Amino acid sequence: MTSAVLSETLLKQRQQESRRSMILMMLAVVLLASFVLDIATGPSMLGVGDVVNVLLSLVGVPVDVSGPAEVIVTNLRLPIALMALIVGGVLGVGGAEMQTLLNNPMASPYTLGMAAAAGFGAALMLYAGSLGLNAGIAVPLGAFVCCMLSAGLLFGLAMMRHITSGQLILAGIALLFLFQSLLSLVQFVSSPELSQQILFWLFGSLTKANWTNVGITAGVTFVCMLLLMEDAWKLTALRLGEERAKSLGVNVARLRLKTLVIVAVMTATVTSFVGIIGFIGIVAPNIARMLVGEDQRYFLPLSFLVGSFLLSSASVLSKSLVPGSLFPIGIVTAIIGVPFFFWMIIGKRAN
Amino acid sequence: MLEVRNLSLAFGDLVLADQLSFTLEAGKTHVIIGPNGTGKSSLLKVLFGDIKPQSGEVLFDSEHLDYRNLNHWRQRFGYMPQDIRLDVGLTVLEVVLLGRLDALSLKLGDPMIKAALQALDQIGLLHLAQQDVRTLSGGQCQMILFAQALMRNPRILMLDEPVSALDLHFQQVLLDHLDQQTHQQHWVSVMILHDLNLAAQYADNLLVLKGGKLLAEGAPADVLTEDLVEEVYGVKTELAYDQQGVPFIRTPRRRLMELPVSLAS
Repeated sequence: MTSAVLSETLLKQRQQESRRSMILMMLAVVLLASFVLDIATGPSMLGVGDVVNVLLSLVGVPVDVSGPAEVIVTNLRLPIALMALIVGGVLGVGGAEMQTLLNNPMASPYTLGMAAAAGFGAALMLYAGSLGLNAGIAVPLGAFVCCMLSAGLLFGLAMMRHITSGQLILAGIALLFLFQSLLSLVQFVSSPELSQQILFWLFGSLTKANWTNVGITAGVTFVCMLLLMEDAWKLTALRLGEERAKSLGVNVARLRLKTLVIVAVMTATVTSFVGIIGFIGIVAPNIARMLVGEDQRYFLPLSFLVGSFLLSSASVLSKSLVPGSLFPIGIVTAIIGVPFFFWMIIGKRAN
Repeated sequence: MLEVRNLSLAFGDLVLADQLSFTLEAGKTHVIIGPNGTGKSSLLKVLFGDIKPQSGEVLFDSEHLDYRNLNHWRQRFGYMPQDIRLDVGLTVLEVVLLGRLDALSLKLGDPMIKAALQALDQIGLLHLAQQDVRTLSGGQCQMILFAQALMRNPRILMLDEPVSALDLHFQQVLLDHLDQQTHQQHWVSVMILHDLNLAAQYADNLLVLKGGKLLAEGAPADVLTEDLVEEVYGVKTELAYDQQGVPFIRTPRRRLMELPVSLAS
């Protein structure tokens, strides 16, 4: 009798797993739709059919494509749309892992000062006239270095045995204030024109995307995601609490440091290319958590997909709020994200 | 066989272990009792390698605890810490599965899931398998964490107040299961209990700890006396023996006039 009940429960378990895989698939489909829409939207509107045709031809399907559509898609819009997917995903995953690591749903690379540090690095580079280097390289490099420096301070703290997650969050928030002040300082001593330039960088924008930086970001993201997925079960165990994770054989200090380094590298890379985009790091993991729980095998990829979707649809919106003009995407993300998030929270309550 | 030699541990002025030595044999249930704050939980953490003592040695089957290779040392432990809160979006089955953290892959095979389901079945909670742990009661969480410790196929099982939130039924389920498995699987089982009657019933070996010293050790019938209980807890009790010769203890209620003046007013 027991064995019948056992196999029945096993079946139920498999059904639960496929339900979660279905949610992942559904999100991927929705994401694909917003991706196509993102490419179609712009100063010259393209038909969705044209966009699909160009994309199909790019992956080797023999279809007829019109000349101008192909040029617009491949040279202008595709890198930006791809960048939206990658950056959104990275922000989502970065937030998810910070929340896991610090056992706090309000943690994200942004709240721990990494974005502010990147902003300061970029501002400093602009102020220093890029040190005579090409601004397209020097500014992202400055942002990356500063972001890693700030993260390095957190690594140092994380390596100390007696430091708790709560103290790490406090230290991160302190760094956020420090770098914001330093940033204000640079803006204060800059000329109005330079200050304007800095401000525009801080808004966050995908328009700087080109095939080179899309390639770099994609490569870094791919490797980091693989490394994170490798630790999926350990990260899940960490959510039971540090003491219990230890009792299950997790080397908590090492896992914390490793994950922190991975998240910092990912965040620093995307932030240095697109500027500061807040909110997705907080909201995407929370949405993913509501949908599939915290088993990292599903939570991690879903945080990526939700983040991608949010940024991709924000990109569509940033181009269509006022036709013909482009709003910086960093401004739009919170504007579309907050109502959506509230709806999720309230909907959850109603159940 | 888990062995402790000349263990000394202190946090500042607070002495938790003072040249402590004892041996915990396999195939037996060892119960540690003692007043609050006397270092029982810390002692378990020392055995697990989580707290490094000022001096002393810990050995398992004559192998020394090596702090540079804690993973290896901990592999043989099932350890259930005192805290039973489970505030995380995971299902019961996922929590139990984590007991075999070292052997989990991204795609779980049927045998692994079945093993977790069996662990749940053994404690009568199979029907909770797909439930979100945040919907469980404290006692149910405690049972789930026990199943997780069982999942580890331990050679040493350490339970820190494992029945603190359990009703009478689950107290019996957990302790009987532990008793049976300890003898069958030849585990070294160590648990901390506060209920002296449960301790007397389930301990093969009772260790009485106070102020960093082992006040007494041995079979409950030999160790537990009214004098010892008063010495350890400062409480007067009445002790009797049941038909199997197991001691049981009653603490008489103190009437109003017997209380210290400050409490009575």
